[in-house]
Amino acid sequence: MAVVKLNAVGKTYPNGFEAVKPSSFTIADGEFVVLVGPSGCGKSTLLRMVAGLEEITAGTLNIGDREVNDVDPADRDIAMVFQNYALYPHMTVRKNIGYGLKNRGTTADTIEAKVQEAAKMLNLTELLDRKPSQLSGGQRQRVAMGRAVVRDPSLFLFDEPLSNLDAKLRNQMRIEIKALQRRLGVTSIYVTHDQVEAMTMADRIIVLNSGEIEQIGTPAEIYHSPASTFVASFMGAPPMNLIEARVEEGEIRVNGGASIGPAGRCPSGPIQLGVRPEDVELGGAGQTPFDISIVEELGAHRLLHGHLGGQPFTVHVGKEVAAAPGTTQIHLKPEALRLFDSQTGKAM
Amino acid sequence: MKRAGFTTIWLPVALLLPQLMIIAIFFYWPAGWAVQSSFYLQDPFGFGSTFVGLENYTDLGSNSEYLRIAWFTVIYTCLVTFFSLAIALLLAVKADKVIRSARTYRTLLMWVYAIAPPVAGFMGIMFFDQRTGPITDAFQVFGWDYKLGVNYTDTATAMVIAAVWKQIPVNFIFFLSGLQSIPRSVNEAAIIDNRSSTSRFWQVTFPLLAPTTFFLLIINITYALFDTFGIIDTLLKGEPGNNPMTLVYKVYLDGFRGNDLGGSSAQSVILMVLVLILTVFQFRLIERRIHYT
Repeated sequence: MAVVKLNAVGKTYPNGFEAVKPSSFTIADGEFVVLVGPSGCGKSTLLRMVAGLEEITAGTLNIGDREVNDVDPADRDIAMVFQNYALYPHMTVRKNIGYGLKNRGTTADTIEAKVQEAAKMLNLTELLDRKPSQLSGGQRQRVAMGRAVVRDPSLFLFDEPLSNLDAKLRNQMRIEIKALQRRLGVTSIYVTHDQVEAMTMADRIIVLNSGEIEQIGTPAEIYHSPASTFVASFMGAPPMNLIEARVEEGEIRVNGGASIGPAGRCPSGPIQLGVRPEDVELGGAGQTPFDISIVEELGAHRLLHGHLGGQPFTVHVGKEVAAAPGTTQIHLKPEALRLFDSQTGKAM
Repeated sequence: MKRAGFTTIWLPVALLLPQLMIIAIFFYWPAGWAVQSSFYLQDPFGFGSTFVGLENYTDLGSNSEYLRIAWFTVIYTCLVTFFSLAIALLLAVKADKVIRSARTYRTLLMWVYAIAPPVAGFMGIMFFDQRTGPITDAFQVFGWDYKLGVNYTDTATAMVIAAVWKQIPVNFIFFLSGLQSIPRSVNEAAIIDNRSSTSRFWQVTFPLLAPTTFFLLIINITYALFDTFGIIDTLLKGEPGNNPMTLVYKVYLDGFRGNDLGGSSAQSVILMVLVLILTVFQFRLIERRIHYT
């Protein structure tokens, strides 16, 4: 268990490509932090630098009270779970789990006891004598977890551990991993490109884009107050609606239409207006025309896809709200409106 | 699963025939002949042959020269196989870690593969030549009075070195591709689990290379036993005398130089049986311990 501190940590490859721009953040003891972003955003590189598999070319990394920039991965007191499990195919489950302990000079009796304990925790007891090739995807994933747990590390690193599993198993493992982390209280860094995983598992989310941190915050903060249009469109399914609008005399207007809401202290000029699909009400006091072209029936709720002022727009309504293609009036909740700079995309 | 089938028996037979004919003409027929002629004593001038039963075989058992060559073949095969595998593995592991201009290194290391065995033997002669060979000179510096073709051990050394050198590229290519087929994340998991790169190699990398190593072991034993003929022939310059040679070369020598076709046939039958036993042994005993992913 440890505090992890990154101080302007960056990665520049010998060919000059800057995969991770200098990034600083601190992860509290026992905290579960998710690094999320599209592929190629540098999230895996960042994780691999923490693991020591990738050299840190700028800044300093502290795990606990040690600076570990030049510490061997095996000595960083970390455990890592890989995307494709990375089990040793020639070893049994028992040996796979115990391998790290064996190399630390733990006695055979202690290893066996710890392996048994980890196996019990992860329902692997029956499988200890099998080889990885005789296991299903979910079982392999649990062995990979067991290998991490048994080392009793001060930091867990997860590199998209669930992306090789089918949707159902993924949901189940997501809960298992989170529960396990809670129980053990080990500081964790979890990399994923799946925003649902990020939202559901994280204590705090770090959103990365092109090697740069876009926003750090709790899932609720990230969801409700995105720091940029990138975060707004990346997090949430369906994503936040973003439409071109103008601020005129303190009022937000789309295509010169009626006022959608107050713009607060925002100066006049073009802006990007963001609003979550569920923060929109149909009918009522609405005075903004919305052209519904497709109604997606999802059982518990409906998604209405269409256009607002000629721009794509989606509305999320409960199953009790009837809707059909055609034009209707909608009301955007004023407190849910988010304004972004039309040039930089940053929140205003 | 849908099973495809032939409607007539003749099409599959016709498709198999060329391959079967090649095997029949170049293996079964000569092998049959060898077995048959091993029971006869041929007239050196080809005027006839006498049936002698197993005499050709029993003669070999009591022939001290033959036994000495057999023993040399065993040692020679072991040395060539071991060194060509070990050096190639070392080179492959190192080449696998090279980042800059990796392709150039790999191409350079594979080049030797294109050299024909007699040429390898000839280059061996040039390097080990008594008067002009640079390796001979190097040995001289260390006080080793090296005499190729005169001293038994010295000639054997040249034979082993030339044969190993010639075989390294093949093994290198296979080891390198074997190393590259090990998932990167498995190696990385091992890096986190184990500080020592040496023990990582023996506990993780080497076991995962085992299928490649096993395949190469068979290939290399066969190479050392049979394919080094060209190297040996060139190095001995047709003057076998008291020099070391392998069983295959002895077969050639007795049959085509000594005109003892019966004895030579008996030797090749023995070799055939030997290879058969070796192959069965390898597959039964060693392959079982190998993990194929």
